[in-house]
Amino acid sequence: MSVFTIREERCKGCGICVAFCPKNVLEVDALSKVHAVRPEDCIGCGQCELLCPDFAIFVDKMDREAAK
Amino acid sequence: MMERSYEKYFREGRLPHIWCPGCGNGLAMKAIVMAIEEKGLPQDETVIVSGIGCSSRASGYMDFDTLHTAHGRAIPFATGIKLANPRLHVIVITGDGDCTAIGGNHFIHGCRRNVDLTVIMFNNEIYGMTGGQGSPTTPLDRLTTTAPYGTSVRPFDACHIAMAAGATYVGRSTAYHVRHLAKLIGEGIDNKGFSFIEAYVQCPTAYGRKNRLGSGADMMKHMRDSAVMLSAWEKLPADKRQGKFPIGCFLKREVEDFNTSYEELVDRAGGVR
Repeated sequence: MSVFTIREERCKGCGICVAFCPKNVLEVDALSKVHAVRPEDCIGCGQCELLCPDFAIFVDKMDREAAK
Repeated sequence: MMERSYEKYFREGRLPHIWCPGCGNGLAMKAIVMAIEEKGLPQDETVIVSGIGCSSRASGYMDFDTLHTAHGRAIPFATGIKLANPRLHVIVITGDGDCTAIGGNHFIHGCRRNVDLTVIMFNNEIYGMTGGQGSPTTPLDRLTTTAPYGTSVRPFDACHIAMAAGATYVGRSTAYHVRHLAKLIGEGIDNKGFSFIEAYVQCPTAYGRKNRLGSGADMMKHMRDSAVMLSAWEKLPADKRQGKFPIGCFLKREVEDFNTSYEELVDRAGGVR
């Protein structure tokens, strides 16, 4: 389980995070903003955050204890 | 959320940046601030100098002493800064057109002088801001607004130019390999002399669309699949190199930098520093 922080004012909906997410967690909505629609599938690899050219998505991996 | 440590290097009020959705310039800019953070350069003693073009907008988003200069002239401005105050860390952000066309002479003479600068060239293979004209790094047979039937001139390899002209650190990476790019930039900052790092970035709007290369994400997948680390590249047989390109540090050599040789000259001439 991970916690996503999406700064919508920065997101341009380019879809890079969606394309590189190995678990298909993210989706871009009709207004060109990204959302974490399946956060429970996230493995916390951080590709979305690393490859976001707009500094719009941040993912914090929670450890198992904190998630409970 | 914990605020990311590199965020302090951005001018918060200037974001979001104006680069198109899917543009790779933001990733190259992220790699630069990651390298600056890793090397611990103080914000008050780091100067970012840029020329003109999409890439050169980066200086406006970065919270250092920044200078947005004339087209192609970022390296001469940066040389002046480094000579006036050698204590400063000077980083130059330039684009492929800015560096190899309009500022081509400044680029090769910057390399020749071996001024202690770190030059990061964002190579998107096109003049993006002015509407997609072909640049000196546009590959053969690509469509641009100035080459509607395809380019017929061979492109420059900016890294080869830098190596031939006398730069003391030369490397290349891509927007997909953010951490690798940051590592190369960090090594460039460490190098006392002219460091040239080519950051291969995608331009989905002016270049990708015209050449049917897909979205920014598709262009990054192409980088992932066609960029080969130099050590592996050297072992690749010629037929397997087709459509691929090497990334990594191409050259590192020890040569006295311009500030040192200039100070020696001042001493020899009996001048006062």
